[in-house]
Amino acid sequence: MNASLDQRPGDEVRVVEVDIPSDVQYIERVVELVRHECRQMSFGTRQIMLNVPVALTEALSNAILRGNREDPGKTVHVIAWVDTHRLVVEVKDEGFGFDIDRCTIDPTTPENVEREDGRGLFLMRKLMDRVEHLEADRGSIVRMTLHRG
Amino acid sequence: MSFSIKKEGEVVVVDVEGQLIVGNRQELKQKVLDELERGDKRFLIDFAQTGYIDSSGLGVLVSLSKKIREQGGELRLANLNDDLKTLFELTKLDTLFQIADTRERGLNSF
Repeated sequence: MNASLDQRPGDEVRVVEVDIPSDVQYIERVVELVRHECRQMSFGTRQIMLNVPVALTEALSNAILRGNREDPGKTVHVIAWVDTHRLVVEVKDEGFGFDIDRCTIDPTTPENVEREDGRGLFLMRKLMDRVEHLEADRGSIVRMTLHRG
Repeated sequence: MSFSIKKEGEVVVVDVEGQLIVGNRQELKQKVLDELERGDKRFLIDFAQTGYIDSSGLGVLVSLSKKIREQGGELRLANLNDDLKTLFELTKLDTLFQIADTRERGLNSF
């Protein structure tokens, strides 16, 4: 059990753990697995329809496209813990990591609003309660936390 | 997830069924660009049957809007549910697009 979930006595914790190839076609399936567990734990409708799928899609997309650069020899490891208080999900790639603060741009400024890219990290941070970047052995991890609402 | 395209009067209407995300955004882009190349100028994307949209999907909408404008045309959107509206508001893309509450209003707005 990962300490990040801070499990309370008597809590049921549902865990999703999966490795996927570095291919964006796998994203939707992972999102559905995690959403299913959030539904089981009675997360809010908006969280299930918006916050979780969009933020997780962004994290997976970054891991596959930027972290692993779609290298078929690399995988993305996903582990999610869901209980009645919160979702904690970690997405680990085999890339060199990044500075989450420096890479997050504000896409809402007049000079950025017509950009075609650059909204991913911004959305993750808007839609999740906490987004952290952690160095890992041979790769890096993005950990996102969302409290049940 | 799939996209269906049909002509309603002078307007090309695209229905997005399922998600509009990194895995399928290029398919939508190509379908709309094919219609643009054929000379169509008015486009309405209807999100009535859409689940969620990620940043790549939003990026494709911005890209298409620019390309259509460059050809003297216009891209408008319709039927965003409350969650999708929130997404557009968070990114301020609600200021970039003309968004209609219904397909009919979208069609009549041209």
